[in-house]
Amino acid sequence: MADDGLTDVKALISGTFYRASSPDVPPFVEVGTAVRKGQTLGLLESMKLFSKIKAPHDGVVRAIDTQNTEQVNVGQRLFRLSR
Amino acid sequence: MFDKVLVANRGEIAVRVIRTLAAAGIRSVAVYSEADRDARHVSEADEAVAIGPPQAANSYLQIDTIVQAARATGAAAIHPGYGFLSENPLFAAACEQAGLTFIGPTPENIRRTGNKLSARRAMAAAGVPTIPGSPQAVSTLADARDQADALGYPVMLKAAAGGGGRGLRAVGSPQEIEDAYVMAESEARAAFGDATLYLEKRMLGARHVEVQVLGDGRGGALHLGERNCSVQRRHQKMLEEAPSPALPTGVAAGLHAAATRAVAALRYRNAGTVEFLVAPDGRFYFLEVNARIQVEHPVTEAITGRDIVAAQLAIAATGTLPFSQQDVRFDGHAIECRINAEDPDFEFMPQPGRIEQLGWPHGDGVRIDTHVFEGYDVPIYYDSLLAKLVVHGSSRAEALARLREALRQVTLLGIKTTASFFPRLLEDRAFVDGTYDLGIVSRLVPALEEEEEAI
Repeated sequence: MADDGLTDVKALISGTFYRASSPDVPPFVEVGTAVRKGQTLGLLESMKLFSKIKAPHDGVVRAIDTQNTEQVNVGQRLFRLSR
Repeated sequence: MFDKVLVANRGEIAVRVIRTLAAAGIRSVAVYSEADRDARHVSEADEAVAIGPPQAANSYLQIDTIVQAARATGAAAIHPGYGFLSENPLFAAACEQAGLTFIGPTPENIRRTGNKLSARRAMAAAGVPTIPGSPQAVSTLADARDQADALGYPVMLKAAAGGGGRGLRAVGSPQEIEDAYVMAESEARAAFGDATLYLEKRMLGARHVEVQVLGDGRGGALHLGERNCSVQRRHQKMLEEAPSPALPTGVAAGLHAAATRAVAALRYRNAGTVEFLVAPDGRFYFLEVNARIQVEHPVTEAITGRDIVAAQLAIAATGTLPFSQQDVRFDGHAIECRINAEDPDFEFMPQPGRIEQLGWPHGDGVRIDTHVFEGYDVPIYYDSLLAKLVVHGSSRAEALARLREALRQVTLLGIKTTASFFPRLLEDRAFVDGTYDLGIVSRLVPALEEEEEAI
């Protein structure tokens, strides 16, 4: 948890970040979306494998730090959630 | 025989094909993306052509660029390896149109087998048993629900264009189908550019057994025995062995006969694999045809003494099978372990990064197929296979003993790999006695099953 009370959601692996399950559907979440624990926030593709980025707790998406299809490194912050 | 062959692939398979070309006195041409400038397949080939940026879609999947590279270098034929363009009928056709021999099946063979629904229909027509499933593609989530209800859970949701374990989800109950549908669809679209899905009944307690085949394209067919590939995570193989242990009497012969019948009926050309599920009662069902050389072909090479890439070259060059079924002899037992850049203690998550230290085992009956070296950076762009450790012994017991010793000798530091998983597998009673089924990895790594279902 950061000083401002927001939770950082970080990349657990390096890969390509996606905000939606495919190019022709809306993003999983936007800034302001209320989410439940375990809800999918985005996808990471690494070495031909997709994995979900999940909300660590119930809350509201306060920031999305990464652009769709951007390459991210392990540990990089992707989302910020408030409780 | 060809004077020069272009290898349209990367990684261990490109290195392996280039070595057989060299042994046959054929000049080799490698292609490479910007991420593979320093790759081993580039340094081992006689010539190499840069084909674009790291993302496979912009390099290894660029048909025109690769065909152009072949023409520019004067190659007479293209070997596609596995993955990438190997099962793309447009690529096989583009090679032919450019006057290049495609070392593999005909475009029509690939079309027929590549669509899993049409492959199922062709097999049923040839009298090969298929798994109960949806007769047509599922068009919507609602349609998937209806068809799954009719079939009865558990079911498998599969990409019609699928293969390699992509776009595939086990669905245990109606609650899981929406999530599975969304994930399978996006994976299928990303991996194959085709999001068409269909359903099959999920068979519990089954084993994956496949038959290596060669066809001449005119109905002539032979087999090189079967492989058991039931050690899988995420529906992808981790370990394969030949012959398959613990099959009920007559099942292996039945599989060989069904596979050669399938090859003859399809008028299949070159090397391929017919995959089956074998149920606990010994009944078997057609799964799919892999219209390419497969990752696990070395175990078959070990027990038959045949170089399957050399056989592919011979069939492509002459249009005839290089030997007859009577010439195929089986000797001993072979096991392959796939050493992947994945963390077995973290749901087999990919582990890109640098290999700091590397040492491979030596000894009787040990073969290593690999493209990696000390200081190699495993890129995020391609699949996670780093090396195949293959052991051959006069019996399964000897092969297992050699595998234990070989695994003990592997040094691979810097990233986590599946090498640390296999010693655990070798302790498992069902694995050691050969009776294991497709549930073995999720039984040994319980968290995986949960995660797989959740994804």
